[in-house]
Amino acid sequence: MPTLEIDGGKVDVADGLTVLQAAERAGIEIPHYCWHPGLTIAGNCRMCLVEIEKIPKLQIACNTRVADGMVVHTTSEKTKAAQRAVLEFLLINHPIDCPVCDQAGECKLQEYYMDYDRQRSRVPLPAKVRKKKAIPIGPLVMLDQERCILCARCTRFLDEVTHTSELAIYERGDHCEIELAPGRVLDNPYSGNVVDICPVGALTSRDFRFRARVWYLERAESVCGACANGCNIEIYHREDRIFRFQPRQNLAVNQYWMCDNGRLSYRDLQGEGRLMQPVVRGEDEFVGSTWASAIGQAAGRLADLARDGDPGAVGIVVSAQAPNEEVFLLRRLGAALGARMAGISWSPPGAFHDDFLVKADKNPNTSGLRLQGLGDAGAVDDLIRAAAAGELRALVLHRTDLTAWRDAAAVQAALERVPCLVVIDTDRREVAAYADVVLPLATYAECDGTFTNHAGRVQRFHTAVAPPAEARPGWAVLGELVARLGGGEPPASAAAAFDALAAECEAFRDLRYDALGAEGQPVAGA
Amino acid sequence: MAERLLLRCRDIPDLRRLDVYVAHGGYEATRKALTTCSPEQLVGIVKTSNLRGRGGAGFPTGLKWSFLPKQTAKPVYLAVNADESEPGTFKDRLIIEQDPHQLLEGIIISAYAIRCHTAYIYIRGEFALGAERFEAAIAEARQAGFLGKNVLGTGFDLDVWVHRGAGAYICGEETGLIESLEGKRGYPRIKPPFPATHGLFGCPTIVNNVETLACVPHIVLRGADWFRAIGPEKSPGPKLFCVSGHVVRPGTYELPMGTPLREIIYDHAGGIPGDRKLKGVIPGGASMPVFTADEIDVPMDMDSVQKAGSFLGSAGIMVMDETVCMVWTALVIARFFHHESCGQCTPCREGTGWLEKVLRRLEYGEGTATAADVDLLLNIAGNMMGTTICALSDAAAMPARAFVTKYRAEFEEHAALGRCPFRPIAEPSRRHAHA
Ligand SMILES: Cc1cc2nc3c(=O)[nH]c(=O)nc-3n(C[C@H](O)[C@H](O)[C@H](O)COP(=O)(O)O)c2cc1C
Ligand code: SF4
Ligand code: SF4
Ligand code: SF4
Ligand code: FES
Repeated sequence: MPTLEIDGGKVDVADGLTVLQAAERAGIEIPHYCWHPGLTIAGNCRMCLVEIEKIPKLQIACNTRVADGMVVHTTSEKTKAAQRAVLEFLLINHPIDCPVCDQAGECKLQEYYMDYDRQRSRVPLPAKVRKKKAIPIGPLVMLDQERCILCARCTRFLDEVTHTSELAIYERGDHCEIELAPGRVLDNPYSGNVVDICPVGALTSRDFRFRARVWYLERAESVCGACANGCNIEIYHREDRIFRFQPRQNLAVNQYWMCDNGRLSYRDLQGEGRLMQPVVRGEDEFVGSTWASAIGQAAGRLADLARDGDPGAVGIVVSAQAPNEEVFLLRRLGAALGARMAGISWSPPGAFHDDFLVKADKNPNTSGLRLQGLGDAGAVDDLIRAAAAGELRALVLHRTDLTAWRDAAAVQAALERVPCLVVIDTDRREVAAYADVVLPLATYAECDGTFTNHAGRVQRFHTAVAPPAEARPGWAVLGELVARLGGGEPPASAAAAFDALAAECEAFRDLRYDALGAEGQPVAGA
Repeated sequence: MAERLLLRCRDIPDLRRLDVYVAHGGYEATRKALTTCSPEQLVGIVKTSNLRGRGGAGFPTGLKWSFLPKQTAKPVYLAVNADESEPGTFKDRLIIEQDPHQLLEGIIISAYAIRCHTAYIYIRGEFALGAERFEAAIAEARQAGFLGKNVLGTGFDLDVWVHRGAGAYICGEETGLIESLEGKRGYPRIKPPFPATHGLFGCPTIVNNVETLACVPHIVLRGADWFRAIGPEKSPGPKLFCVSGHVVRPGTYELPMGTPLREIIYDHAGGIPGDRKLKGVIPGGASMPVFTADEIDVPMDMDSVQKAGSFLGSAGIMVMDETVCMVWTALVIARFFHHESCGQCTPCREGTGWLEKVLRRLEYGEGTATAADVDLLLNIAGNMMGTTICALSDAAAMPARAFVTKYRAEFEEHAALGRCPFRPIAEPSRRHAHA
């Protein structure tokens, strides 16, 4: 393990690391544009030049391996002069249109200019090289060639990660420009990542641009719920509105990336169909209700029907859309009612998937369902048959769009024969038409909790925005329902619900909510 | 004048034909090397000869060869650099067109020495005749058993392929050349790793200049000591000098390494026409710092030229008499490098264009330049040096800096007058103009 000195401090690092990585580990930032941990080293921006003793020329920290006894200066006059020079070179042909640039506020050119440069321009405006601006190059991405600093991050991503090579650098010298290859469109399933890795405003998101200045946005750590991969993300939000998803690094799950479908799935979380208020069936129509009364009614009817009927007269269906905590509490509910439980993990047939990130399973928690014993795919159909046969007296549908996922006519016929239907969901679906009580839930962007991804990794999501109107987190709703039915104290938080799950479920036994960390933990045996 | 070796084509008509070449002792060196020397011995001979690369950097050839891994499961490649694009340089072209078998012998012997079985020659795109003649030479040599399987019955196999460039100066930089050979954009690679371990297709690769390789058969035939005795010991051998500009007899001259620059200009090239005064000489191609008229008593070998503040480079000697405007010359050179920068590295991509712009306003700006522009040039050049992937950035900055420092008064005069004192005319139309 080599020991080197960076800015006077001793640093021990693993062999094979670069000076840039070693400095990063020591908490010292070496400014850089082209280097990205998920891509090969290009060494072209020259922003990371540092002075290393005994080497006459400055070296690029991103391509210099550490060596024992190396003495690195990241703030010496020589290093600073090189940083100023590189920034000046980067800016001489830059349009400096920050006021109308969507990258402003998260632009490395702005940041490094303020941190390392701060010189006045020595190039008169008319002398700048002009290139093309605001070119849509794909459904998600807008290109501004003048703002491009030619770091080749985007092209390396498209060459090395997606292997699609839609973009390339054309021309030479200061006429170099990023451009689509002839006849191509940047429309691969991961195209949005180039926007994230572009250090400047050359590639911006057509979905996000001009909708908010980033400095007004807040971030919450989360997990994409659009498929079983569970890509780690950050939710950018403001005033309870979600503005965008961006990937968050997790080498075990998604590296630095996410798919376009997942990226845009934030729209589904705040759609038109959200349930806003608990409702109960009145004489002829649904009427709005308070939580206390709606839960009271649901609990009362379920208790009555369970008590009066045979064991198994109540059915509970929970989908793989539900977080681990909700599945757990529904199992408690089932135990209190002696109910028949069925899990369902439905994905649209033929939906896109690949061998990189995107999974065919479009549910975030199929593994969580399975690990809690609800993985039997036939169980739902048995319940529908039981309902159709008039054997079910009550049915709870949790985050379940049963008419869309099974033969609609058969489901409708079956539901009509169930005397009491309780629907617990985030969005209005057709099954709600048959419900006696409808309880509105928070999405995973609106509460805390965990999903277990396809590989058995349990990952936390954090509350980003408030649920709409009166919708509430599932752990709270279900906890109360369970308590009303004598199934135990309600958990005080998602954390408490998870830890209770861990206490009783083998697969989760070694896990604690607070110890899951930003990148999650695998279940036992995963 | 001493015997001509590299330029025997000047003395022997049709030397490019195999029968003529063989009739004049051709392929004796190949036979000698392959039948009496081991590869290690050959590397040793080339090392002892002190042969240094003729492509511009002057790196010791034997030492370079010895950087190849001793044991490797991968093929070793030889890439012959025939991209000759340095302004003022026209020596490799002569060899390829007029004496291709000399080069081919150099390739065969060198390939044998480095245990290479596939060699590529990267020929500058514009050298259509050279490519055609070299292809013909390869075909003849193959027919005669000097190439292909089992060369001269020694069990050594070698194929040589011609690859034609597409008009980029940067593909003469050895790693840009390798990228281009791989079918990619000619982007010089970051080092490490170096070509000797990770070169063409990720395999150990040696890149050598045409003239460098052409020296090898002579070293084999006459011995390392003979070679080392020509000119200074540390930078020896016969050398091709390309003389252009204001001389009576421009052309390529084969002279011993270390021949004084003054002698080359005034004796061999016949001096300056009309007895005009010498103003400056670029000694090693457009990349290299200019010498003033007082600085030409320098022996033209690698170490002496370097000691005098410039580089032998490609030995492209460009002579300028008193009628030449140095701002204009610096501009022409800057324009070249601006056009040829591959654009990867920030300082080179932006700096080459900026240098050209500032020089252009001094020369043609009609009063838009200021006195501060003179120092600005020095400042830009300084920031471009030693900070990039390949040496093109330095190659653009060094001459700019030298012109400004050595002819500063002329630059200041341009700024003060607001025009060029030599040529008070409007800017000519710019065919390749980008700025
Ligand atoms: C910008 C640039 C252009 C170059 N062009 C050529 C060239 O046209 N021909 C050449 O032989 N070497 C050229 N070189 C030098 C090569 O990189 C390399 O050093 C040389 O081919 C090695 O061969 P040698 O050791 O036999 O000289 C160039 C270098 C640079 C930096
Ligand atoms: S578009 Fe962005 S990522 Fe691509 S080369 Fe330009 S600055 Fe880099
Ligand atoms: S791959 Fe799956 S988890 Fe990842 S972003 Fe896409 S939909 Fe979301
Ligand atoms: S120095 Fe210039 S030519 Fe060389 S790699 Fe960098 S940008 Fe390209
Ligand atoms: S980050 Fe090192 S050269 Fe760009």
